Amino acid sequence: MSLSAFGVSGIVSGALRRFGPLLALVLMCAALSLLSEHFLTLENLLNVFRQSSVNALLALGQLTVIVTAGIDLSVGSLLGLCTVLAAMALKAGAPPGAAIFLALAAGASLGALNGVLYTKLRLPHPFIPTLGMMNVARGLALVLTGGFPISELPAGFRLWGAGALFGVPMPVVVVLVFCVLFHLFLTRTVPGRDLYAIGGNRQAALLCGVPVDRRLILAYALSGLMAGAGAVLLAGRMNSGFPLAGVGAELDSIAAVIIGGASFFGGVGTVLGTLVGALIMGVLRNGLNLLDVSAYWQTVVIGAVIVAAVWVDVVRQRAAQRSS
Amino acid sequence: MTVPLLEMQQIRKSFGGSVALDGVSFEVLPGEVHALVGENGAGKSTLMNIASGVLQPDAGRILWQGRALPALDPRKARQLGIAFVHQELALVPQLSIAENIFLGRHAQGPPALVRWGRMRDHARQLLAELGRPLDPDSPVASLGVGEQQLVEIARALAFQARLVIMDEPTAALSESEVARLFQVIARLERRGVSVVYITHRLREIYQIARRVTVLRDGRRVASAPIAAMPHDELIRHIVGRPAQEQFPPPGPPPRGPCALRVERLTARGRFQDVSFHVRAGEIVGLAGLVGAGRTELLEAIFGAAPFDAGQIWLQERPVRIRSPRDAIRLGMALVPDDRKMKGLIPRAPVVWNLVLPSCRRFLLRPAEERSRALALIGDLRIRPADAHIPVSSLSGGNQQKVVLARWLLARASVFLMDEPTRGIDVGAKAEIYELIRRLAERGAAIVLVSSEWEEILGLADRVLVMHRGRMVGELPREQATEEAIMRLATGGVP
Repeated sequence: MSLSAFGVSGIVSGALRRFGPLLALVLMCAALSLLSEHFLTLENLLNVFRQSSVNALLALGQLTVIVTAGIDLSVGSLLGLCTVLAAMALKAGAPPGAAIFLALAAGASLGALNGVLYTKLRLPHPFIPTLGMMNVARGLALVLTGGFPISELPAGFRLWGAGALFGVPMPVVVVLVFCVLFHLFLTRTVPGRDLYAIGGNRQAALLCGVPVDRRLILAYALSGLMAGAGAVLLAGRMNSGFPLAGVGAELDSIAAVIIGGASFFGGVGTVLGTLVGALIMGVLRNGLNLLDVSAYWQTVVIGAVIVAAVWVDVVRQRAAQRSS
Repeated sequence: MTVPLLEMQQIRKSFGGSVALDGVSFEVLPGEVHALVGENGAGKSTLMNIASGVLQPDAGRILWQGRALPALDPRKARQLGIAFVHQELALVPQLSIAENIFLGRHAQGPPALVRWGRMRDHARQLLAELGRPLDPDSPVASLGVGEQQLVEIARALAFQARLVIMDEPTAALSESEVARLFQVIARLERRGVSVVYITHRLREIYQIARRVTVLRDGRRVASAPIAAMPHDELIRHIVGRPAQEQFPPPGPPPRGPCALRVERLTARGRFQDVSFHVRAGEIVGLAGLVGAGRTELLEAIFGAAPFDAGQIWLQERPVRIRSPRDAIRLGMALVPDDRKMKGLIPRAPVVWNLVLPSCRRFLLRPAEERSRALALIGDLRIRPADAHIPVSSLSGGNQQKVVLARWLLARASVFLMDEPTRGIDVGAKAEIYELIRRLAERGAAIVLVSSEWEEILGLADRVLVMHRGRMVGELPREQATEEAIMRLATGGVP
């Protein structure tokens, strides 16, 4: 059965997984440039990218978790908490570098805590610890600020969210740098590949000597780290630490990963796909704005796109099972 | 001549470009047990999926009691009385036996009402007819695999099945459960129910079947009364070449140093006080019934499950193994009993599945991995010889070779093999036997768990027997017979 079952349909579905999201993005951009003369301008495109940057960072972290067949619901709240922590540090007189380090370290350690709770307490699913962390982190952000934003941050800090490098918005540069780093980590290192192995079959990975608990903790720590990085960009752009920043952002990041071709079943997903997934969401929002579609309808459209993307994954999965 | 209950004529079926069935005819007489054998991929499952309406043939006719059937779908097949007891049981573990037996069937009386009393009585009666008076109220989750299978068969009877198709029903059963299943099959036969029995265990056929049909590469190559089909000839039909020596000849008795020693290992509720040793170059068979604690013992030695007391020595040094990672570092290898659940990462390419345990460095080296994988693929004749296709697209035998091959790459010296040939075809089995022997000759110490005792008798230098979590006996090769193993495994004295 080897040729027929795997050959053609396998190649097609493999190509779809790899290039489907990119193709969708290109088609969307083509359609929008026909529908609106404002879309295909360098300024607007950079704008879209900049607006997608926080989601793209969170999605990179989310990707490392989703390839292990996990999920991280806490990144939106961690994002909010980290903006607050950075802003408070700056207000207390810390230099920008220290504030950035604090945001990254807090995100990474609380993310690692997610992983520790999940693996060491043997909780049934990462949904549980990260749902808990989502509430704890949001609550802490509100407690620390009394619910008020902390505004007016120094320019050396705002540079990362609002500045530019040779005309390219700084957030875009940051996203691209992290994309390269995550791509190298996931495809060129043993720990990176171990994450795919865990997502593909955790028991088999364990029996092959993969230190499963350690790797999972690393994945959740990276996810938290990216929430910290996103916080630096967001606080810089908004010129404030804002306790309600990133409400619902975890869901956008999950959507970007899934639209980008990663599988909820674990073991499959790429950095390029995830970046494209985040850009698809950004282009959708931007395009619908340009076309004067109300924000309410935008939400409806994005919801439909998420379901459609996961449905495509389910169909692919079923086709793959049938061929084995 | 009797009219066949089911007659399939010139059935053809292809998937995409590859032909799965190439004009196969097959008939089942009323009340006969008909064995259907062949290597994996020979077309057995496809043929039976057509008989039960799951797949539609591309060409050919199906007759039921002499009358041609129009297109068959699963519902129609069930109405006719065709029931398929699958390899993977299709029961709902949380529901009771009775509920499972009547799952999806409309009770007589007002719709949407469950008639508990009648359902229970009927279930009890069916189970009694099968010779196993289980309590219809107990949840299926509390049953062993053999009993669950019985519930599936009872379900088939509740649907007034005239033809029961069993796909490798004994693959997961212990010897005693197999014996009980055979009694049930005999009872079905007496009731006039026909059984199609798919198996890789050829010896079973001679115990229960009346006739046997052999498929090879999508064609029927033989169909005869079992009395007219000696074992050698059967194997020749299956593999398409003369039956060779299935087991490679044994070498001289191993005299190597002690590679693995286990002393008084205990894991409460799983095994107690287990002691044994394996020398370098030695194959030690570990026999026992399912549930005797063999899998649990191997997994504990390998660090995949905790134990409460005892000590493990490797190369005469005491070791502490807290995880499979520790075990692998010390040169151990585990070939798990369940390839799909514990062995492979199905969507990952073959090469990943091969190199996973031997990755030690931080950075991957794709070129090196690829060349090593290809060397192994060539050495073990893994087909298709492509390192980058998903391992799930390989046949069962080739998948199993991948699971074994990864430990060659990891340079393991102590192999714990749990049912290394489960569910794979005759040809692949012979290759794996040869590989096991070759490993031993190169100085590996091997613990071989198998429920097919001829496998243990054919390969092992020494046989250990477990019964209910305890090591109950040791038989040198000369004294190891099926009878002796059976006596020990069932708790008797040697």
